[in-house]
Amino acid sequence: MSIVAALPDSSGAYAGMIREDRERHLFRVARQAFTDEAVLEAERRQIFDRCWLYIGHGSEIAGNCDFLTRSVGGRELIFNRDRGGAVHAFLNTCPHRGATVVRESKGNALSFRCFYHGWSFNVNGRFASRFEEGNYGKDHYDGGCADLVQVPRLESYRDFWFINFDRNAVPLPDYLAQAKEFIDLVADQAEAGMEIIGSGQQYIIKANWKLLAENSVDAFHGLPTHSTYFDYLQNVGSLRMGKGFDASANRMTDLGNGHAVIEYGSPWGRPIARWVPAWGEETRDVVQRLRQGLIRRFGEVRGLRMAETSRNMIIFPNLVINDIMAITVRTFYPEAADRMAVSAWALGPCGEDAALRKLRLFNFLEFLGPGGFATPDDQEALENCQRGYRNMREAGWNDISKGMPRAGAPRNDDEEQMRCFWREWRRRMTAAA
Amino acid sequence: MNADSPIADDLAMSGSCTRAKVENFLYHEAALLDGWRIEEWFALFAEGATYEVPPTGDGDETDPATSLFYIADDYVRLRERVTRLLKKDAHSEFPRSRQRHMVSNVRVTALVDGVADVACNFVTYRARRGVVDTYYGQHLYRIDCNAAPWRIRSKRSVLDMDMLYPGKLSIII
Repeated sequence: MSIVAALPDSSGAYAGMIREDRERHLFRVARQAFTDEAVLEAERRQIFDRCWLYIGHGSEIAGNCDFLTRSVGGRELIFNRDRGGAVHAFLNTCPHRGATVVRESKGNALSFRCFYHGWSFNVNGRFASRFEEGNYGKDHYDGGCADLVQVPRLESYRDFWFINFDRNAVPLPDYLAQAKEFIDLVADQAEAGMEIIGSGQQYIIKANWKLLAENSVDAFHGLPTHSTYFDYLQNVGSLRMGKGFDASANRMTDLGNGHAVIEYGSPWGRPIARWVPAWGEETRDVVQRLRQGLIRRFGEVRGLRMAETSRNMIIFPNLVINDIMAITVRTFYPEAADRMAVSAWALGPCGEDAALRKLRLFNFLEFLGPGGFATPDDQEALENCQRGYRNMREAGWNDISKGMPRAGAPRNDDEEQMRCFWREWRRRMTAAA
Repeated sequence: MNADSPIADDLAMSGSCTRAKVENFLYHEAALLDGWRIEEWFALFAEGATYEVPPTGDGDETDPATSLFYIADDYVRLRERVTRLLKKDAHSEFPRSRQRHMVSNVRVTALVDGVADVACNFVTYRARRGVVDTYYGQHLYRIDCNAAPWRIRSKRSVLDMDMLYPGKLSIII
């Protein structure tokens, strides 16, 4: 039996799952936080029902009447643009008897129709069936009781759209806090705006969702876990640690509200705009022009930061925007304490040069995704952690203390970014219901 | 490569490229993969060949230059994939999984100047640590039958699963 279920007031138990001792430089997390279904149930209420959750990028529903369906925070949602171009998020359930109304993953439609009894809706959510008189009263048509139910809150920042099931949540810009500055570093990369490329990757990891939150901003594991990826870079001539590989850029920033980012100089090529020999001489000039364009628009410091520096960011609880050898936008949601569904997309400039777009996608796949040279080994690490937690009665604690005794700013390969995440986790799990 | 073109028996049976020979070639390839003889498997590919696994749910014509694939290797990266997978530090395959590759419904869909387009169904099982992963779909090949031995110019493995339930593509499916 879990210690959570055994306690009438479980918030004390959640507080006890994090042990931070600043004097002794120890930060420990109970492995029960990764294994216990009662913890997951509390996370659904305390975290996923209250935090801003990423639903999609505006470019995925670029045209009027475009729609897509997506599972977010355990709900089935419709994310769409109406005839006038306004963006909506609806709960994908018929107000009549509950069937999901839209069953395709994406498309373009002037209206939505539930196939079960034929109730239909305008793309702004309004009930649109015209049944014979006598079937339904006025409230069905004018009173809203037959309309699709809107997600309580829907807001965007730089075309990244978020929903919140808590009507009283703080506005999105306040929630994002300093993460906005780092979203800007991505969104500013092209004057024409950024877009999601293609349909994305969907896969399962048999591990607790918080393991991926940690892993996505963990620079400590890079060399031991991904040595074969660095071997690959070496073999194809991309491992160049010379000019532009600036270790002074390496840092970690606490962005507030559980969000954190690591920044670092990196050996891989970046389509925006760091050329490597493996791409071939024919792409050198166009990448160089992109680089100069960034410097012209943003000045030397910010322009080179955008071109050269890699950034891994976690936006609490489950959005990752990693601007590394390509830009990946990744979100994940627990199907069970030991299983998560992951969705990952590639983001790139609208109207990107065809050769560079090809290069961007090629570069994405050298590291990222279930068939990449690195992500499968991350998945393996996370699944091995989950397996190791079977020993938690005797070996019950994770250690994420790295860098605690360090004077000055935390390094990117310290573990302060995970400590930011866990402090926010504790704050939310122990907050009043 | 159009897998839906009508079967042309006369085409498939003509010249040196018969369906039985194609099947032998595919069974040999499957046996190499079953045995994790992936360097020999790589040797089946012609220089400049490509190996691709497109995203689930995209159409036949999807292009790795414009859409995010799971795998889109050129010849060099395919070689590097094999090199990587043979290392102990390719953690997702250490200790190595056991695999069995099933191939059926083989069709030669085009044959031009001794270069055959081949479509077949596949099911690949991967077992490791008490979990059996199943991958299924269709392989689309372009095979140069003029070369001796034959060489694969392209291989595209189109998954029929609506998401990647096994999670990883750490093997050659």
